[in-house]
Amino acid sequence: MSFNFIEFLKSLVSLTVSDYLRELWGDQLWVNLVLDILGVVIISTFCLLIVIFLIWLERKVIARIQRRIGPNRVGGRYGLLQTVADVIKLLIKEDITPTGADRVAYLLAPFLTVMAALLVWAVMPFAPGVIGVDLNIGVFYFLAISSVSVVSLLLAGWGSNNKYALLGAFRSVAQLVSYEVPMILALLVPILLARSMSTVSIVEAQTIPYLLVAPLAALIFFISSLAETGRTPFDLLEAESEIVAGFHVEYGGMKFGMFFLAEFVSTLFMSGFFATVFLGGYRFFGLETLVIGDGWAIGNLLGLVIFFVKMFAVYFVYIWIRGTLPRVRVDQILNYNWKFLVPVSLVLVMVTALLDKFLPETANNFARAGAHLTANVLIALVTIEILRAYARRQRRLLSGESGPGEAAVDEHAHHDTAVHEPAAAH
Amino acid sequence: MVEQIIFLIISAFTLTMAVIVVTKRNLFHAALALMATFLGVAGLYVTLDAGFLAAAQLLVYIGAISILVIFAIMMTRRLMQTTEPAFNAQAAFALVTAVVSFGILFWVFYLFREFWPLLPDTAVPLAAKPELPPEMIQNSIIVMGRAFVDPAGYVLPFEIASVLLLAALVGAIIVAWPKAEDKA
Repeated sequence: MSFNFIEFLKSLVSLTVSDYLRELWGDQLWVNLVLDILGVVIISTFCLLIVIFLIWLERKVIARIQRRIGPNRVGGRYGLLQTVADVIKLLIKEDITPTGADRVAYLLAPFLTVMAALLVWAVMPFAPGVIGVDLNIGVFYFLAISSVSVVSLLLAGWGSNNKYALLGAFRSVAQLVSYEVPMILALLVPILLARSMSTVSIVEAQTIPYLLVAPLAALIFFISSLAETGRTPFDLLEAESEIVAGFHVEYGGMKFGMFFLAEFVSTLFMSGFFATVFLGGYRFFGLETLVIGDGWAIGNLLGLVIFFVKMFAVYFVYIWIRGTLPRVRVDQILNYNWKFLVPVSLVLVMVTALLDKFLPETANNFARAGAHLTANVLIALVTIEILRAYARRQRRLLSGESGPGEAAVDEHAHHDTAVHEPAAAH
Repeated sequence: MVEQIIFLIISAFTLTMAVIVVTKRNLFHAALALMATFLGVAGLYVTLDAGFLAAAQLLVYIGAISILVIFAIMMTRRLMQTTEPAFNAQAAFALVTAVVSFGILFWVFYLFREFWPLLPDTAVPLAAKPELPPEMIQNSIIVMGRAFVDPAGYVLPFEIASVLLLAALVGAIIVAWPKAEDKA
């Protein structure tokens, strides 16, 4: 087969260029190796470069939310080149390692963070047939890799030999390890529904997006992904007003830049993953399978566009939340996770599994989705009712049985001190 | 051939890191090397087409157990530059335990050398890796999941392990529960 420029362009546009080149050069070991390496380079370069845009987007959107203008000096009226200037600044800064730092841990941490943030993209289905590797354990692979990122935060916090950094690391471990649990449980629901852990199979199984089938699982996943990426309201790991900058307080220049970059890359990944698992990924009413002319699969490109629109829609919600919500306290994040998210997601997984088992095999997709949706709404209503009863009891405890009274409040206050400081009780 | 080379590289990495774990005097660095060892073991699982096991290794050993180890070190030792003696009073005992466990493991692997767990019908010597059909690897988690809840499979060990873990969980809660006199 000889090289045909038009065919090459066509395969480029329909995102099947690797198939075209494989046909051209033959299906040999070195061809596959070169194509794989090219794929890795393209995906990681995309992730690294899109961060420049993401940072600008985040600053601009948050500025608009807070009635400011945001970057508007470098690069035209919209400040489009502001982040480029920032990146250049970070790159040419002096590379400092503190004297008291544990060099191995200090230098390893930024690399591990970026590695973990980039490795997960291997299982992200961008468009039909456009995925790093369609692992049969795709979702589990993502969970495994992201659990490694906890290690890098711990390394950074410990290696810096700084008390704020260590405090940030302790917080990050408590938070990330805890919120992994509801995240895994919430992801079990789409896995159950799609009967597969492969991200492609999950997308293919979503005739109806799982956001409509399992909205509760989507909500739990979204909340825990906020915590996993350390974004507001769960940004305790780097709460500026409490512990300066948390685990990366001793990092400067591009080493700090790498932490920053990893945070944005993993947030974008979480948006893409949410779009994949709950919004149907690249699917949009069969538009992604569109073929025009004599078998030119233009649908692949449309699938890519659809995926990006969905991913950035979710990403916008992340920014929106960052611009809106205040930070929660340390005790609140752990209580919220262990006493609320984990029990709810456990119940949700059990109900989904049983319901899926007992629904008749003959039920069509819409009947199944309806049943699951009803179950989700019921669980949500019961949860809200339990929470309301709990809040009512707490209020009664605080105010006394017969309404607000000084004595009752006082008594409670004494009780509180006794719990926290037994030595100081009188 | 390529597989052999990859296996040798990963094994060499794993063993080197394992040696570093026991020779490093700085406990924190030893814990890091332990993590690298776990990573190497995960790599070995990948070369055996056991992707699920590799991911589970990452999630459980690096994501949880190593974190716990590092936390224990942080909580119990003075910050930074702690060096520990290489041997303590239990060195001889540890040597005996290591040799005995190695012997038991070797014996078990020797017993099961003609047994390939995912292919119950065929007895293939472990020395020659059997040509698994691709669907088998693709569906390995489904096969494993079925085997866990199959009365003819591993349902009993699976349930025993679950009960054991539950007991450990309840035990942990009871240990951490505030005592009655603290409350008053």
